[in-house]
Amino acid sequence: MTEVRKGLIAKRYATERRFRIYGATALALTALFIVFLLADIVIKGLPAFTEPRVKLDVTGAADKVDAAKPAAGDYEAIVREALRARFPTVSGRAERRKLNGLLSQGAADDLRRMVVADPALIGKTFPFAALLSDDADLFYKGRQTGVALTKGATSLQFAESGEAYVITGDVAGLSPGQIVLVNEGALRITGIANGAAQAEALARPVTLNPAAAGGWNIMTLAKPEADRRISDQEIIWLEELKSEGVVEKAFATRFFTSGDSREPELAGLRGALVGSLLTVLVALALSIPLGVAAAIYLEEFAAKNRLTDIIEVNINNLAAVPSIIFGLLGLAMFLSFFGLPRSAPLVGGLVLALLVLPTIIIAARAALKAVPPSIKEAALGVGASHQQAVFHHVLPLALPGILTGIILGLARAFGETAPLLMIGMVAFIVDIPKGFESAATVLPVQIFLWSDLPEIAFQSKTAAAIMVLLAVLFSLNAVAIYLRRRFERRW
Amino acid sequence: MDMMPQAVVTPPSPRIMAERQVRIEARDVNIFYGEKHAIKNLSIAIPDRAVSSFIGPSGCGKSTFLRAINRMNDTIPTCRMTGDITLDGNSIYDRDLDVVQLRAKIGMVFQKPNPFPKSIYENVAYGPRIHGISNSKTELDEIVEKSLKRAGLWEEVKDRLNHPGTGLSGGQQQRLCIASAIAVSPEVILMDEPCSALDPIATARIEELIDELKQNYCIVIVTHSMQQAARVSQLTAFFHLGILVEFGDTDEMFTAPQEKRTQDYITGRFG
Repeated sequence: MTEVRKGLIAKRYATERRFRIYGATALALTALFIVFLLADIVIKGLPAFTEPRVKLDVTGAADKVDAAKPAAGDYEAIVREALRARFPTVSGRAERRKLNGLLSQGAADDLRRMVVADPALIGKTFPFAALLSDDADLFYKGRQTGVALTKGATSLQFAESGEAYVITGDVAGLSPGQIVLVNEGALRITGIANGAAQAEALARPVTLNPAAAGGWNIMTLAKPEADRRISDQEIIWLEELKSEGVVEKAFATRFFTSGDSREPELAGLRGALVGSLLTVLVALALSIPLGVAAAIYLEEFAAKNRLTDIIEVNINNLAAVPSIIFGLLGLAMFLSFFGLPRSAPLVGGLVLALLVLPTIIIAARAALKAVPPSIKEAALGVGASHQQAVFHHVLPLALPGILTGIILGLARAFGETAPLLMIGMVAFIVDIPKGFESAATVLPVQIFLWSDLPEIAFQSKTAAAIMVLLAVLFSLNAVAIYLRRRFERRW
Repeated sequence: MDMMPQAVVTPPSPRIMAERQVRIEARDVNIFYGEKHAIKNLSIAIPDRAVSSFIGPSGCGKSTFLRAINRMNDTIPTCRMTGDITLDGNSIYDRDLDVVQLRAKIGMVFQKPNPFPKSIYENVAYGPRIHGISNSKTELDEIVEKSLKRAGLWEEVKDRLNHPGTGLSGGQQQRLCIASAIAVSPEVILMDEPCSALDPIATARIEELIDELKQNYCIVIVTHSMQQAARVSQLTAFFHLGILVEFGDTDEMFTAPQEKRTQDYITGRFG
């Protein structure tokens, strides 16, 4: 008897232990997934919040900028000239085009804004931080190729042979593709034969003095030139700018202040943020009054009969309808039938209102139901009418719960993508939306759009936009939790 | 379920009725919850300025009938009633009667103290405010003070009228609910087991209060405790299975009941 009982106890202990292990494992795995996801996004996204700029001395020359019409000046030429002044040896159309390519188109726009804001700059030379292109950005962030610098251990001699150079001496350590940095120049090895290396100049050396051991460097680029978007030539320029200390890393405010762009370094979230705001405003303006009123009526006033049962079941069903269906509905009804403008926050808001309506109704009804009936009875007992009892006592007590439901609905509306694709909010829109009827896109759709683009720079933009979206959603949830805690009542 | 109407119980006229006028009168009242026949052919006359208690085992219909007196059963969708109940000779189920006005005249105190989660002052002031009884803040202050005094709570809460009513003890909460009920100057106060959630000391306070209130009000109290019925009421009605078995003077009822069922219940043979 006691043996049997002991066995049972041991078995029960084992079962309980096993269950604890299952639980802990499930929790650990979940936590791991979340950490992995967040870490991946943050690591990818963080670089997008900074942008490299090169400090140049620009001259607002009078022949390029008309003091009467500063906005019409040829600022592109001014910035390009200033950059070229840093590389006097660069010559030839092709090379100069490449050099210009280091600058972003946004640099000229920045300069224009600066001069228009302060016309006194015209005719003067002043410092200006010019935005670099996305390729330069990626190179500085280490996303283009690994760069290894080693000190030359042997002594070399150099000679010119036409356009090319010949390197003699102990060249055994060199291999084609490596770049020899010597005499303020950069020579890329093209081939090695008979104890001599042929090389072409990426930057012409100032002199042809022989270099002793330690007096020159070898730059080895991990990725072959053909496999990357940036050439050896550009890398040499960028390295030179960096070594001169004129490259600064600044917080990319334009990520939040500018609209979408085909140029990754210029693309910003403001259009999507404003679009999201307008869309969600429309959605809430419709769904809060409708949802809360419907919930109060259904919960407190409607007769309990077949019809209200059917309505209730269908509201619950509506909450489970895939969101893309709402998009199709919006397309068919609001765009085709009512002829509302496509891509507009107004229509997006209407569709999202339909989408969050069931969420709000269900949450509000649950909150109303959670108010103990004794409160209503107390009010009725002192002679309040049914409506007075509901509006004076039940509703205020249910309000925190209703608010939580609204915020969760808001979070859902904010993160919704699929239905908005159907009504054309997926377009490439550069302008910041000006109103409820202008073309706009929203944050999650912007993420979807960027994730689809081939430029590598958009990868980190995508991750950064996800970070912004998550930050908004997390803060909305935090507000919901705070409200619940703050106004929670015990009876 | 037995749907056949039972034989009409004609309660003997209690002695005490001779001294007082009838306030509430029910004639041939039947109440149904869906299919359940909760009150069967009930007729009763309840006098003014006295405490009438309803006793009986659980599910006998005493609370149901109490709630019928101020039409609280209206809030239950499945509940139906036939017959009539009058207050001072006027039917309370009259089509033209405003149920809200009726409930202001017939106040109710519930089993579980249910103050609003608001301040003590707001709890008492709510009724007068929605009925427009007071015109000014000072008048309202007076009503609140008077009601709390009558409910015997004033001395305990006068310094913390802004504190939440839910922060009081159970007995204080129940007295607060009585004060809220009094504040709208009702004529009748219905109490549905007002002491069942309270300890003996708090119960004693409420019973004292009921004893004082009967000077001015017609009080009907539902109770599970026969001792309480014996202590506070002048009249007792015994309900069993939806039938009003016996209604008479409390002292007679507890000493010499007319009906065998009453005798059995009072002596604890069932219930």
